[in-house]
Amino acid sequence: MDKPLTLKSARTLHITYNLPISRTSKFWQGLKEGKIYATKCQKCGRLHFPPVADCGDCGSSNVKWTELDGEGEIETFTQVVVKPASFSNESNYIVAIARLKEGVRALAWLIGVEREDVQVGMKVRLVARVTSDGRVSYEFIPI
Amino acid sequence: MGHSRFGDRSDVNLSELTFEAVQPSLEDSGLTAKEIPYVAVGSMGVWSEEPLPAVVIAEYCGLTGAGLVRCEAACASGSAAAFNAYSAIASGQLDTAMVVGVEKMRQVDTPTALEMIGRAGYYLWEFENFGMTFPAYYAVHAVQHMAKYDTTEEDLALVAVKNHRYGAMNPLAHLQHEITVEKVLNSSVIAWPLKLYDCCPITDGAAAVVLASEDKVKELGVEAPVWIEAIGFSSDTANLSKRKNYVGLEASVQASRMAYKMAGISPEDVDVATVHDCFTIAEIMAYEDLGFCEKGEGARMVREGETEVGGRIPVNVDGGLKAKGHPIGTTGVSMLAELTKQLREEIKPRGRQAPMKNYTALAHNTGGTGHYCYVTILRR
Repeated sequence: MDKPLTLKSARTLHITYNLPISRTSKFWQGLKEGKIYATKCQKCGRLHFPPVADCGDCGSSNVKWTELDGEGEIETFTQVVVKPASFSNESNYIVAIARLKEGVRALAWLIGVEREDVQVGMKVRLVARVTSDGRVSYEFIPI
Repeated sequence: MGHSRFGDRSDVNLSELTFEAVQPSLEDSGLTAKEIPYVAVGSMGVWSEEPLPAVVIAEYCGLTGAGLVRCEAACASGSAAAFNAYSAIASGQLDTAMVVGVEKMRQVDTPTALEMIGRAGYYLWEFENFGMTFPAYYAVHAVQHMAKYDTTEEDLALVAVKNHRYGAMNPLAHLQHEITVEKVLNSSVIAWPLKLYDCCPITDGAAAVVLASEDKVKELGVEAPVWIEAIGFSSDTANLSKRKNYVGLEASVQASRMAYKMAGISPEDVDVATVHDCFTIAEIMAYEDLGFCEKGEGARMVREGETEVGGRIPVNVDGGLKAKGHPIGTTGVSMLAELTKQLREEIKPRGRQAPMKNYTALAHNTGGTGHYCYVTILRR
């Protein structure tokens, strides 16, 4: 079969979104200080991570910041080998979901361990991180 | 109903591809384009150049003037469009409507396609810093399912082998070749433990069905019409970290219960099903979530051939998303088209025609990672 003919569009589009974080600024600021914050609803008591400014469970906007210890246990994980375009410069990365001792779960990269050595039930700690290019994030490290 | 050939369809543009499904669906229904008052289109559309696919395809297919809407429920957009059109008829406002699913995913390169789909979770908390991909979302389910039950990577491979066997019999399928368990296990890792052959391909395709009220069906004198008995739906959290667990999709459980109740049937009454096997683990979880077996028993069903033609409930005997292909917004409509043919007992070759006892079929279509779910029950 002949190769199908396509017209390469001359109009390219480069999109960078600006993400509003005013109402969760304590969380983003906390990461710079090495702290991980969640929010706790003052009406129904629900602890939220990732943090929220409004409680979808009971409708209250009265939430309070609370620091997480970060200790938890891996419930599941994967290793991403075929990466999305914007992660193409990264080495293969392990993404884990762990339940923290406060009861909430977090999803983040697990670093400092080979995939072969990761197991469901493994103890980890969620820690804040400032990347080499200045982004704030958080990751799991084995305990 | 009408259904284009699935695959890398760089030989046609969005409108031409849609025409391949719309024109046969009109001929099949006995209506002309001008007689269609409303068209609901299932399409994600981020990988092709047209931001308003509904108006573009409607103009090309002679449907301009009809009410138009593009429905988004990620990979369940086609089913969402079907519910939209069904509701318009069930409310009594319309007596006919068309449902179209179309997706042109191969106009961008693979890393860009992975990027677009990977962003479709909770972008801020799962993609911005962690680069989750769709295979990765399902891989975390495979890991927990394998840790909790006796499901193995070989079991996952058996799903791919089965669906490729039927894909090889389906002239409209993207991947029309058989594979072996060894080939699956030796294929390259995409998101551990999922390998290339555990994943559905990136596919272009279109499908269309015409819906009509009972009165209109009589007026048109449709022979052996296929009826929508029920459409059940549900959803789950955007953040995977907020789910109940990772051994199933709660939205599938809830949507199927709703559909069974509306149709007044139980899972045992289903003669044939299409389930959302975007990854092999997804098919195993679907057996369990839809009540075809108990939780944790899904792998046994595929091992024992219960979901093949001649088995207890044949599943994805069109090749499934795995081999037929998964043009995101098209899939839900493609399922309705396939099951309509199954219920009419028109499938060729006969090797993939499911035997009919109750003339009842089920389509299970999830969007995102169980973020959306629609379960549609059809009966002839």
